[in-house]
Amino acid sequence: MTTGVHGPGRAEIEERTLRTDRWWLMPLGTFLGFSAFVVYATIRAFMGRDYYASPYLSPFYSPCLGDCVSGASDFGQPFEWWPLSAALIILVFPLGFRMTCYYYRKAYYRAFWFSPPACAVAEPHGSYSGETRFPLLLQNLHRYFWYVAVLFGFILTFDAILAFRDEHHEWGHMGLGTVILLVNAALIWLYTLSCHSCRHVVGGRLRHFSKHPVRYRLWTWVSRLNGSHAKYAWYSLVSIAVADLYVFLVANGTIDDVRFF
Amino acid sequence: MTELTEASTSSGYQLKMRIWRGDADGGSLGDYTVEVSEGEVVLDALHRVQATQAGDLAIRWNCKAGKCGSCSAEINGKPRLLCMTRLSDFDPAETITVTPMRSFPVIRDLVTDVSYNYEKARELPGVELGPRDADGKRRMMQVDVERGQEFRKCIECFLCQNTCHVVRDHEDNKPAFAGPRFFLRYAELDMHPLDTRDRRETVRDQAGIGLCNITKCCTEVCPEGIKITDNAIIPMKERVADKKYDPLVWLGNKIGLRNKDNDGRTAT
Repeated sequence: MTTGVHGPGRAEIEERTLRTDRWWLMPLGTFLGFSAFVVYATIRAFMGRDYYASPYLSPFYSPCLGDCVSGASDFGQPFEWWPLSAALIILVFPLGFRMTCYYYRKAYYRAFWFSPPACAVAEPHGSYSGETRFPLLLQNLHRYFWYVAVLFGFILTFDAILAFRDEHHEWGHMGLGTVILLVNAALIWLYTLSCHSCRHVVGGRLRHFSKHPVRYRLWTWVSRLNGSHAKYAWYSLVSIAVADLYVFLVANGTIDDVRFF
Repeated sequence: MTELTEASTSSGYQLKMRIWRGDADGGSLGDYTVEVSEGEVVLDALHRVQATQAGDLAIRWNCKAGKCGSCSAEINGKPRLLCMTRLSDFDPAETITVTPMRSFPVIRDLVTDVSYNYEKARELPGVELGPRDADGKRRMMQVDVERGQEFRKCIECFLCQNTCHVVRDHEDNKPAFAGPRFFLRYAELDMHPLDTRDRRETVRDQAGIGLCNITKCCTEVCPEGIKITDNAIIPMKERVADKKYDPLVWLGNKIGLRNKDNDGRTAT
């Protein structure tokens, strides 16, 4: 490396970092956590089966717009002709939302691209152009994925409400799956509403808070949530996987749904 | 008196330190052992080394209260203020390594040439206020004043500039990149209701905000606890997106639905 911490003029120190703490733990944990999710989600998204156990629909397949099993498509099947798994029709939106999310960007730039692996730890790359060029320039589209993510928040909430039915679609029932889908919808909302683009749209873009008291109030609320955005990103990631796993296990008969009433 | 001396030395211990000594032509870590006392900070230990063993040790310091931003350095590889790093944070048996900031040219020992930051400060367009009210005064509501107060806490220690990998690991980015400290200033001015200058293109084209990949190291090292990334850089990135990358905002401006978008930014 000819530039950077070993470049001319800088203090001559051989080590890439002199940090003595376990700085590698966080990127390693992130790498393992994200990788595990990506592997699981890819398998489940391509599987194309065991995504509906009446009345529960897996969040990976919601809304189910392809040639889905009976009872799974609450919004019709406009992509009935789609030959592959129905999850692949819709997953690009939540995937895009998370890939362009300011927290996930920090996490994967560090854990997967080592840019940098940790603070004050020299990165291995010889050159760097940040987010100034294609394809990383597309990170600026985050707000558009957020608009769609709000729609998905409503859809997953709708799915959680539908889970207050029994397998014959009779209302007034509840099971463990209902709780899981409700918690998942709540965490998805927390993640979506704590988004930095949300914070910008509701009031952050203003220059005069005093002229927009309602938007200012909304901005203060979103700002409070925004402080925990990373936490909600992880919680919601886990809850999506758990919700899908539960539906998968019930649908393929491995376990029976725990019915409360 | 004898009892007092014994009591004070009983809580002291011999601290092992490695201190980088050298200049732009080269240098190395030197080993020192120095007596330190309870409640002291790393800067105290360095001063004692300077007073007892290495009279020519160069250190930049001033207030010893974490407010002047002079004594920035790297302690065990972490960018920190020497005067705000307590020895009690370390195991007494641990060797503490102190080096100069590694993003800037070294002058001697722990002193670096931070003029890059002053050059960037000069490049930043200053506040451009609109006309005064009829009574000759300018007015801002308290809620608008408060928004920029967090950014005013900056003590210009340049630890954020030092730890930012955009310039730390890539010297060639320095001409195109202002760095987190100055994104704070851009944000403060762009959020200022009385400033008339549109800074959204400047922060992208001249200050290079697109080079930032928001890995938040600036926020991690800020001794004032300023949320640089969440409250300044990301809001500025979103404002740049408003101006340059959002077709809906562009369309809204064209058909007159978003005439408030410039929100008092009458100059460019």
